Amino acid sequence: MDLSTKYLGLDLKNPLVAGAGPLSRDLDTLRHMEDAGISAAVLDSLFEEQIRHDEGELDHFLTQGTESFAEALSYFPEPSDYKRGPEEYLEYIAKAKKKVSIPIIASLNGVSAGGWMGYAKKMQEAGADAIELNIYYLPTNPTLSGAHVEKMYVDAVTAVKTAVTIPVAIKVGPFFSNMAYTAHQLSEAGADGLVLFNRFYQPDIDLDTLEVVPNLVLSSPAEMRLPLRWIALLYGRVGCDLAGSSGIHRSEDVIKTIMAGASCVQLCSALIVHGVRRATEILKGVEGWMTEHEYESVAQMRGSLSQNNCPEPAAFERANYMKVLQSYK
Amino acid sequence: MARRQVTIDGNEAAAYVAHKTNEVCAIYPITPSSNMGEWADQWSSEGKTNIWGTIPSVVELQSEGGASGAVHGALQTGALTSTFTASQGLLLMIPNMFKIAGELTSTVFHVSARAVAAHALSIFGDHSDVMAVRATGWSLLCSSSVQEIMDMALIAQAATLEGRIPVLHFFDGFRSSHEVQKIEQLTDDDMKAMINDDLVRAHRARALSPDHPVLRGSAQNPDVFFQARERCNPFYTAFPAIVQKTMDKFAQVVGRQYHLFDYVGAPDAERVLIMMGSGAEAAQEAVEYLVARGEKVGLVKVRLFRPFSMDAFLGAIPKTVTSIAVLDRHKEPGAVGEPMYQDVLTAFGERLAEGTLPFPFPKVLGGRYGLSSKEFTPAMVKAVFDNLSAAKPKNHFTVGIEDDVTHLSLAYDPLFITEGEGVIRCHFYGLGSDGTVGANKNTIKIIGEDTPNFAQGYFVYDSKKAGSITVSHLRFGPKPIHSTYLVSSANFVACHAFVFLEKFDMLKAAAPGSVFLLNSPFGPEEVWDKMPRSVQQQIIDKGLKFYVIDGYKVAKDSGMGGRVNTIMQTCFFAISGVLPKDEAIAAIKGSIKKTYGSKGEEIVRKNYEAVDQTLANLFEVKVPAKATSTFEKPAVVSAKAPDYVRNVLAKIIANEGDDLPVSSMPMDGTFPTATAQWEKRNIALEIPVWDEKICIQCGKCALVCPHAAIRIKVYDATLLGKAPATFKSSDYKGVEFKGMKYTVQVAPEDCTGCAECAFICPAKDKANIKHKSLDMADQIPLREPERENYDFFLALPEVDRTAVKVDTVKGSQFLQPLFEYSGACAGCGETPYIKLLTQLFGDRAVIANATGCSSIYGGNLPTTPYAVDPSGRGPAWSNSLFEDNAEFGYGFRLTFDKQRDYGHELLKKMAERIGSELVEGLLSEPQMDELGISRQRARVFALKQKLSAEKDEDAKNLLSVADALVKKSVWIVGGDGWAYDIGFGGLDHVLASGRNVNVLVLDTEVYSNTGGQCSKATPTGAVAKFAAGGKSLPKKDLGLLAATYGNIYVARVAMGANDNQTVKAFLEAEAYDGPSLIIAYSHCIAHGFNMTEGMQHQKEAVECGAWPLFRFNPDMALAGKNPLKLDSKAPKLAFADYAMKETRFKMLTKSHPAESKHLMEAAQKANLQRWRVYEQLAATNYGDGQDGQDK
Repeated sequence: MDLSTKYLGLDLKNPLVAGAGPLSRDLDTLRHMEDAGISAAVLDSLFEEQIRHDEGELDHFLTQGTESFAEALSYFPEPSDYKRGPEEYLEYIAKAKKKVSIPIIASLNGVSAGGWMGYAKKMQEAGADAIELNIYYLPTNPTLSGAHVEKMYVDAVTAVKTAVTIPVAIKVGPFFSNMAYTAHQLSEAGADGLVLFNRFYQPDIDLDTLEVVPNLVLSSPAEMRLPLRWIALLYGRVGCDLAGSSGIHRSEDVIKTIMAGASCVQLCSALIVHGVRRATEILKGVEGWMTEHEYESVAQMRGSLSQNNCPEPAAFERANYMKVLQSYK
Repeated sequence: MARRQVTIDGNEAAAYVAHKTNEVCAIYPITPSSNMGEWADQWSSEGKTNIWGTIPSVVELQSEGGASGAVHGALQTGALTSTFTASQGLLLMIPNMFKIAGELTSTVFHVSARAVAAHALSIFGDHSDVMAVRATGWSLLCSSSVQEIMDMALIAQAATLEGRIPVLHFFDGFRSSHEVQKIEQLTDDDMKAMINDDLVRAHRARALSPDHPVLRGSAQNPDVFFQARERCNPFYTAFPAIVQKTMDKFAQVVGRQYHLFDYVGAPDAERVLIMMGSGAEAAQEAVEYLVARGEKVGLVKVRLFRPFSMDAFLGAIPKTVTSIAVLDRHKEPGAVGEPMYQDVLTAFGERLAEGTLPFPFPKVLGGRYGLSSKEFTPAMVKAVFDNLSAAKPKNHFTVGIEDDVTHLSLAYDPLFITEGEGVIRCHFYGLGSDGTVGANKNTIKIIGEDTPNFAQGYFVYDSKKAGSITVSHLRFGPKPIHSTYLVSSANFVACHAFVFLEKFDMLKAAAPGSVFLLNSPFGPEEVWDKMPRSVQQQIIDKGLKFYVIDGYKVAKDSGMGGRVNTIMQTCFFAISGVLPKDEAIAAIKGSIKKTYGSKGEEIVRKNYEAVDQTLANLFEVKVPAKATSTFEKPAVVSAKAPDYVRNVLAKIIANEGDDLPVSSMPMDGTFPTATAQWEKRNIALEIPVWDEKICIQCGKCALVCPHAAIRIKVYDATLLGKAPATFKSSDYKGVEFKGMKYTVQVAPEDCTGCAECAFICPAKDKANIKHKSLDMADQIPLREPERENYDFFLALPEVDRTAVKVDTVKGSQFLQPLFEYSGACAGCGETPYIKLLTQLFGDRAVIANATGCSSIYGGNLPTTPYAVDPSGRGPAWSNSLFEDNAEFGYGFRLTFDKQRDYGHELLKKMAERIGSELVEGLLSEPQMDELGISRQRARVFALKQKLSAEKDEDAKNLLSVADALVKKSVWIVGGDGWAYDIGFGGLDHVLASGRNVNVLVLDTEVYSNTGGQCSKATPTGAVAKFAAGGKSLPKKDLGLLAATYGNIYVARVAMGANDNQTVKAFLEAEAYDGPSLIIAYSHCIAHGFNMTEGMQHQKEAVECGAWPLFRFNPDMALAGKNPLKLDSKAPKLAFADYAMKETRFKMLTKSHPAESKHLMEAAQKANLQRWRVYEQLAATNYGDGQDGQDK
């Protein structure tokens, strides 16, 4: 049985990719993931805000109060060399490449055009096999048009594609007035793959302190329906690869996502909750299902239930929404 | 190897050679020498090697005494060893210096010479420390400039190896140690050529070794000690020639020739000046100027002061000499004259007696100059020469001050200026926080290293740490710069903050036709009318070219926040034309890249952006023909201030202290307290605004305020009748003052804007959570109304101390703070504790304060924050030294106890006359609370009334000690550098004495005042100077150590974590009739975080177990209970979650990531283990089966 797949031009031994998350921060865990069957790993993201913030913060606090008072012209020793966040990240890419043989996909998280995009090139130089550009932008300005926001995405893709020769995947959220149009635009701008979807963590309110607090909730299998639908709708309609992300926890989730049209799936919460060995179990389940249902390869499955190929294309469209509600009643 | 031109300060020059030519450096920080040790430590931590290719070992000791001991030991075992120090530090080294010299040991100590504390401490430069070690047998070699410092450092090292006499290489603190100059850097080849490796090996061969054992350091008896002491004489006889030979060799290798005594001036000079140090540079400039105008004057620069070579000295003086002035930067009260003056006279006298004096005995006058970095200028040199020519010259004169008491000072003409044409002279007035000094240092580097020009920079700093002001004095010119004095005639004056226009006369030094650059929120069209009239007039009268830029706007637009440094620097280059504009901008950007490159491209980009935006925002102002402004600079202090404040302290505040005559100073260093209230600094951009409607009246705002600039009062409602219109009040909510009114009031002109009060305020508006009872708002519109409100508030009666629940946070805050408006950093973590101390006990407290931050914000002129209550009582305060503070305070206790006992004896003796009831009351009052104190004060008042008319000795004696009958609260206050390190031995002894003293350790976990050096209080994983790779060892548990005595009250407190426990600990410590120790977590600017959030950091330090709270009360043990009470809970927060919010920990993740991870884990583990130990101790059965926890 052939579990192999091609994603971003990379030959993967199976469709299970480790998504960007805390697990890839540790080299030993990376190795364990590889041993468990993971076919490629997306590293934890390098954040634009983090780069800007860390640099600004370090400079601010190292200079705070200096050159003011004769006895204390500074308060810290000033090493001639700092390992800044991005540099550590780049070093980590190189270390990861040495530690494991699966492809390493570096992740860059941000949106505005700026110096930080230069890190894409450095990621390539550090040995990354591909880049996942995670565009996280929450427009709050009520006068900013959707078209303007979409253009920012396309510009970011163009900028990164201009800077590197390795493949670039774009991870986006679902909140566009026409997801299909945006996907098309991103693909046209040069994206080699689309990762559907990013999960935006929603803040919470702490009633004890009356503060707004960040609240990270891991994904649940129910969340996979949204990417499933959009992968099915986009498969064959955009030129680039599609990867499923969010809520993929079980072998059946993997099979469904591939059938909808994904080249691969990204596992994150599932591995955090159940441990990296979960990948082995999922893979076993996929193999079992394929054997039972006499599928020869992943390629054979891919897109077999996409909107183009499924017997009831309207099932993926709005009419279906009404049906669900009615059935619920 | 080609020599590089470098632009560095004197300390770096000395450290550079020391690090290259030594194997071990044992150091301890002290201003102004600290940087030398810091450089050496940093270079070693970066792996830089000495000329033999090995990395010198740099270690920090607990004191200079310790450092000198370690140096002595390292030398005795054969390592090439050095140290760096100054002032009191050098004094602590004296015992070892005698030993090192007595054992003929080759070493060089580098000393940035500094005043020794006498009537007052001074961190500034003079030779009183160096002169204090004359008797040790060390060679004393002096440098006058930054270049000389580097050169002499090498000459000293080479000479000591050959001559075996240890060398103290010194140069003037600040003027030379901190002056930035363009110099030629010696190469490794130069040093290798100068240092004879055979001599290095000979030094090693003399070392102690069990392989060829010897005994050194014997004890000798009257029979031989004397002879043995004389045995070293040949080495001293030979040493001057060895030094000269080394100087000659240096000239061959490097090209600069020095002599033991260098002469400059007319070959046929009649009047000759003799001096050493940086002042000799200014003197050289004056002499050359006068000689060029035909005057027969000259100068002997003394290089080798000890051993003093009479031959070389007399050989340096022209035979035409008729009169000589010897200038000492030192004062030796009671001596015939200062040391160098006496040496000169002795040399002349001896040679005259021998008949070998090469010229007729000249007139010799001695004078003093430049104490504590007092300015010494060519004008003063001229005055000294004029004195030599006078018919009745003054001997033992002073120059540079006006002595209207003993009339020893020479008058001088400040307009006598010798600086040549072609020198660009600049003044830059900056705020400490705006980066002005850093940018100016970069400018000097750019000009020094990118152009053939010579460059000099000297920086005058503030004695305040919040809102501090810096004045940079820069010179650039085609010839070497000898002007070792401040710029007094500037052709470029830049004011980097608009508010300075109202504070200082900054255009006083502007030369006619010079440039004035102003950072102004007002554009070229509107700025004129916003300036005080006198400033306008100066601009017109001097014909200044006037430019403005809104630097803050450019900084904001380019993401630079409040740092206008690169913007103002760009303006300087654009206007001054020192470099072509494009070249200048390229050079600035190059320097930005160099300075900030390692911190990130984003920082570089923002700075570039600022540079690029600058020129479009720089405008020349068309200066009107007439001054039109309708306002003037406000008075420095209020007209209501006492005479002394108005006449003396106000001058110091206005930067005019140099003009004060001798008579204006106290004769014994005694100053009035309660003076900070008159220094309205107006440094806050924002101040808190109180919303009385949502206030819950907790008092936390007042408690945490580091500057006593927000206060609470309860008062009778009828008093509101005369309140200003905007004065706020609300009904008091507690039961104890039912029916009264309550107000939270800000001191708008004293607040530093740190916002700790607003941060801690727990009262939120239910409909709009971000609005709290205290919100920060712009100060300027609030200044006038709140000033009026604050005056009204202060006039409201203080609370009746006997009616307050002092053991609560709120209650304690009703008490008047007797520590107010200090110059500590905005958001300081130490001062709230001191303020609390003064609220609770200030009216009966005497404070011994160790040198450090708390002695600087407590006692640095011009004003002191220690205040008095309406009855005139308040803390009496003194600082002895850094190392002896516990003993100093212990001495206070001894006096008070003795005087009380003596008073009791006299009371008993005179009981019949005084009245037995009064005597009995005086003898038996326990004085355990405010009521008891109050009763005792009333009795003492009555006693004094009775005694005042008595004439006999007993009555007069009793009257003189009557005040001791009221309990005195002795407080010994200092930082962790004192308590954990330099003063630990004394502290331990005093704590073990059993006497009733209270010790408050303001633990910032680092030497804060000298700029963040590691102490034994520094926690694991923190980066500090001398621990650049992160402190790998644990913090000393001072509290537990003290608690093991069993009879010492010990509390560890953190106000931000448990303010109630803090208040209780202070009360219990003071009430305990024995030694008490409070160790107070004090967040600090040296931790590297937003000081507004200081109290939150304290809370987290406790929650992660880094700072467990406890009280150990021996009285509990006496009652059969466990004395240890844990006041915090088991660690619930990961140490890293607390630590990573502070740069001191976080920067290690950037510089040594692997080590950081390891140390974070180690600290986490250690915190948990310590907690378990505490838990066990607190659970120990002390007899009644109860543990220390509340049940």
